[in-house]
Amino acid sequence: MKKYTYTDKKDTRSGFGAGLLEAGKQNDQVVALCADLVGSLKMQDFINAFPERFFQVGIAEANMMGIAAGLTIGGKIPFTGTFANFSTGRVYDQIRQSIAYSDKNVKICASHAGLTLGEDGATHQILEDLGMMKMLPGMTVINPCDYNQTKAATIAIAKHHGPVYLRFGRPVVPIFTDPDQKFEIGKAWMVNEGKAVSIFATGHLVWEAILAGEQLAEEGIDAEIINIHTIKPLDEEAILASVRKTGCVVTAEEHNRLGGLGDSVAQVLAKHYPAPQEYIAVNDSFGESGTPEQLMTKYGLDSKHIVIAAKNAIARKQK
Amino acid sequence: MTNDITELKRVSSQVRRDIVRMVHGCQSGHPGGSLGCTDFLVALYFSVMKHQPVPFDMDGKGQDLFFLSNGHISPVFYSVLAHSGYFDKAELGTFRKLNSRLQGHPTTHEGLPGVRIASGSLGQGLSVGIGAALAKKLNGDDALVYTLHGDGELQEGQIWEAMMFAAHNKVDNLIATVDYNGQQIDGPTSKVLSLGDLHAKWAAFGWDVLETQGNVMEALLATLTEAKSRTGQGKPVVILMHTEMGYGVDFMMGSHKWHGVAPNDAQLAQALAQLEETLGDY
Repeated sequence: MKKYTYTDKKDTRSGFGAGLLEAGKQNDQVVALCADLVGSLKMQDFINAFPERFFQVGIAEANMMGIAAGLTIGGKIPFTGTFANFSTGRVYDQIRQSIAYSDKNVKICASHAGLTLGEDGATHQILEDLGMMKMLPGMTVINPCDYNQTKAATIAIAKHHGPVYLRFGRPVVPIFTDPDQKFEIGKAWMVNEGKAVSIFATGHLVWEAILAGEQLAEEGIDAEIINIHTIKPLDEEAILASVRKTGCVVTAEEHNRLGGLGDSVAQVLAKHYPAPQEYIAVNDSFGESGTPEQLMTKYGLDSKHIVIAAKNAIARKQK
Repeated sequence: MTNDITELKRVSSQVRRDIVRMVHGCQSGHPGGSLGCTDFLVALYFSVMKHQPVPFDMDGKGQDLFFLSNGHISPVFYSVLAHSGYFDKAELGTFRKLNSRLQGHPTTHEGLPGVRIASGSLGQGLSVGIGAALAKKLNGDDALVYTLHGDGELQEGQIWEAMMFAAHNKVDNLIATVDYNGQQIDGPTSKVLSLGDLHAKWAAFGWDVLETQGNVMEALLATLTEAKSRTGQGKPVVILMHTEMGYGVDFMMGSHKWHGVAPNDAQLAQALAQLEETLGDY
């Protein structure tokens, strides 16, 4: 197992804030909008640098999506910022009609996704956003794993023409990817090569997958771990190459098991290379209040559950 | 571009013919609101707006932009765009048919020149217009942005979010217009969900409010000229246009019943007999 260490922990939303500032420096067409969550989305540095290119819309997310669509007419590249719940479920029709169907170059940037939002509870812990967004034709869906990758992804999507959903989170998590990484949309990242089982993880679950991989290695199980930071377009080639080698799969995501990464992977496997697959995901329920760590354990999303799932997948392969 | 009232009325007559023929041709669509907004859209595209149909430029820098928020009145929009030169009027015959660029509700997705946003799901166009107006300000572009909304559409909450934003942010290069015909699908707005004192509501939200007779070309031109003169003064401008659904076709007027119903052959003939063919049917 390749050794991953970290010296610092940060929240992925801070990676977004840093990336937004950098994207703003690189291209003066980049503008930003926020629905009364500047502090939570870490957008203050962009606002300080480019006050005339920032629009505070207040608590009016539907209006924010429409304004963002309009700003593209005139060449702007708008980044909207609010919580993932208010970035998707609350404004699905606005995104569908004014952004996706209208082919507008809007970057929907969503923080506090999933259970790790923590104590605020289920009203804010959206677990359906990846599914909703990936169903929209033309939408690119990205869920990076740490501060560095979120920053790199934010810079990369400014250079990509078309609507993008960028999902990140609230808690501090280890920084283990390269600060100078080149983020390639739609290109999976090989975390660890192995032969026994393929673990496809996205977002915060990538670090959990690494912890699981270390545990499995101690038990003599050689897991392949791949970071699927782009849910759509999915890197089918990388997925199939891995599964042809390992013969079984664990998908890991901070999302409902319905409609997320796991289903995207299952669809690829069903068509091209059927193989046993175990889901690490929330089992079609809402979340609840608690610390991020408590919730990840209770809902079966931590490294221990990934270890069990990997063994189950391997067992099914051997039948 | 012209201020010749007679000429503009001739265009309106042809557009109304197109509307009833298009809706009859596919036996679906929304003739009522289309007929009621014909004079406004003709005034806008043939007299008021600075715009360049060819080559169509999505960003429209240096041009006035129009966003149709109540997308169901697509027949009038398509006819006016065609007669303005955005595309050949022969294409009007494909309205709502398979493989057409003239979808039931307007879309950019099929690449129809003149359309800059999809609309149909109501309440979204004011926000889009505000965004386009903000982009113009950022670009140092002094052209204007116009939007059109149904009065029933104002029941959508997003409209009021947008109204608040535009006033607070002094989006004063924007002229919103309302098709104030008092009708919606299920009946008069006063019975479905009353809009109350609409003039006072827009004013209370910080807009500069004008009212006009939306089916009187002279009044429309005068009010649009007045509205333009009020831009750039720190307030967004709205025009409440008192119109009649179905205007120009006697049996379609004065009721919500022709909101989304197509005429049969006899009704088409009856309608066309009231509308002079002035620019040639498609």
